[in-house]
Amino acid sequence: MSIKVNNLTFKYMVGTPFEKTALDNVSFEIKDGEFIGLIGHTGSGKSTLIQHLNGLLKPTSGEIYIDDECITAKGVDLKRIRQLVGLVFQYPEHQLFEETVFKDVSYGPKNLGLDEEEIESRVKWALSIVGIDYDKYKDVSPFDLSGGQKRRVAIAGVLAMQPKVLILDEPTAGLDPKGRDEILQNIKNLHKKSKMTIILVSHSMDDVAELADKLIVMYRGKNIIQGTPKEVFRNVETLESIGLAVPQVKYLVQSLNKKGFNLNEDIITVSEAKDAILKALRREKK
Amino acid sequence: MENMVEINNVFYGYKKHDQAEEFLALRGVNLKVKIGEFLVVIGHNGSGKSTLSKHINAIYLPKEGEVIVNGMNTKDISKLWDIRQSAGMVFQNPDNQIVATIVEEDVAFGPENMGVEPKEIRKRVESALKAVRMEEYSKHAPHLLSGGQKQRVAIAGILAMKPKCIILDEPTAMLDPSGRKEVIETIKKLNKEEGITIILITHFMEEAVDADRVVVMDDGKIVAEGTPREVFSKVELLKKLGLDVPQVTELAYELKKSGLNIRQDIITIDELVEELCQLR
Ligand SMILES: Nc1ncnc2c1ncn2[C@@H]1O[C@H](COP(=O)(O)OP(=O)(O)OP(=O)(O)O)[C@@H](O)[C@H]1O
Ligand SMILES: Nc1ncnc2c1ncn2[C@@H]1O[C@H](COP(=O)(O)OP(=O)(O)OP(=O)(O)O)[C@@H](O)[C@H]1O
Ligand SMILES: [Mg+2]
Ligand SMILES: [Mg+2]
Repeated sequence: MSIKVNNLTFKYMVGTPFEKTALDNVSFEIKDGEFIGLIGHTGSGKSTLIQHLNGLLKPTSGEIYIDDECITAKGVDLKRIRQLVGLVFQYPEHQLFEETVFKDVSYGPKNLGLDEEEIESRVKWALSIVGIDYDKYKDVSPFDLSGGQKRRVAIAGVLAMQPKVLILDEPTAGLDPKGRDEILQNIKNLHKKSKMTIILVSHSMDDVAELADKLIVMYRGKNIIQGTPKEVFRNVETLESIGLAVPQVKYLVQSLNKKGFNLNEDIITVSEAKDAILKALRREKK
Repeated sequence: MENMVEINNVFYGYKKHDQAEEFLALRGVNLKVKIGEFLVVIGHNGSGKSTLSKHINAIYLPKEGEVIVNGMNTKDISKLWDIRQSAGMVFQNPDNQIVATIVEEDVAFGPENMGVEPKEIRKRVESALKAVRMEEYSKHAPHLLSGGQKQRVAIAGILAMKPKCIILDEPTAMLDPSGRKEVIETIKKLNKEEGITIILITHFMEEAVDADRVVVMDDGKIVAEGTPREVFSKVELLKKLGLDVPQVTELAYELKKSGLNIRQDIITIDELVEELCQLR
């Protein structure tokens, strides 16, 4: 599904001394099936923005279209919107509450009024996507799982609704490197297979460089830069001045080029850097 | 006394959901942290890092073994207050440590309880909030801040207590790159300039690069330790333990695997640049 945001402004606590403009005239478009990385300093408005995309927050002004439907208009069926746009919150495991993994993941589909068989098949599918063994874990209490496992079960709960748009708010925060890699790999595979539209909120420049088709950069409630990761990461100084950075390998490439290597400045992943360095050294040897 | 913290053969178990047997989260941990040391603890999820850290300010007491903080045994209840004042803790989840309804009051809470003079408190609160770049928010309500902002306020709260030792349990998990850098810089400064002992738990391997020592936990035990260079040169061991190495170390490792003759223990960009320049 495509998403279109027009002149979206949102203020918290309007009319109090703490009134805060969290989103300031934000506009962008996301095409069907795109993988978007949403980055920005803490407090830049990322979580506020994504909560608008499934109707949890109402704009102070502006509109949002999902495909061609205006979801910010009066009288929209928000339950249906939330089914189409699945949102995985920051630290979603805090919202696990059922006695077993099965019950937790099936909570959403059950509320959709699906039959038993369909529910079971969705739970199986969702757990397989996040790499949790169905037979081994379906009857286990979520409270007995490790942090990374809980996180995955929480993500499966949203996947089981089979949304058309999946939004993940820092899904790897607090996970160990292996857990981080596994979840990102799961998400990547999911995107490949399902062609779902995905929005990944992240503080890891390395991760969005690796995964996203396009980046949206937030700064103090405004979306100030967007483009492919390679385009966006060309703005090294701007990104640093607004609390962000570029992937570590990009700094390495810059240093190497200062020493006379002639590497492509657009390198943003470890594997690209590896190939380019090997090629450069071999070329010189000849 | 040269050790800030001594952990002697500590065991600790949790009762898990409807299971009769205790689950041993710590299985004989031995660790001495020197006064003024900057120690980083890494380990996969559930390896026992938080459980261990909560022993240092006496939230948990060992089932077996003992923990000595600044010369005091954590089992000595009469010392509880002194122990917590010596060893300040920034918890993994900032939501659990907000105590007041206004940011500056939240930061003042610790020093107030310690009986610090109001004038001095104001000074400390101001400089602590500045150190984490949250001055702008001093009059805001902490529970309405973004995740990363809450984390910074929690750190400021500990800074304002000026403890001898600070334990930080994944303090940068929700921060943006600058925030992460600033927190790490702040920690390093406290360590270098004020001699505060630092115990930093993290999943970001880059943050361990400047530590005096890195300790690796696995299933309730310490399985490796050494300087960052020593520890990160064990790329395969770390990967087996569900961990990782800094991105440049990874790249150096990959380049070596592809046949380049470079050092195995590279942990900074400058080192890799130097190595590669020598190959030309
Ligand atoms: N419930 C609330 N009431 C008032 N202000 C709020 C509320 N939630 C967030 N804010 C403010 O709105 C701004 C945007 O917050 P938001 O949570 O969207 O940031 P974020 O980009 O998701 O940050 P992070 O990376 O730390 O999660 C921040 O300045 C924050 O303090
Ligand atoms: N309150 C508790 N009740 C029962 N078991 C617990 C409790 N807290 C931790 N555990 C278990 O003890 C083990 C160690 O947990 P701990 O929180 O110390 O790990 P950690 O290394 O800090 O992990 P993480 O990187 O996820 O924070 C885990 O298996 C965990 O499930
Ligand atoms: Mg957020
Ligand atoms: Mg922990």
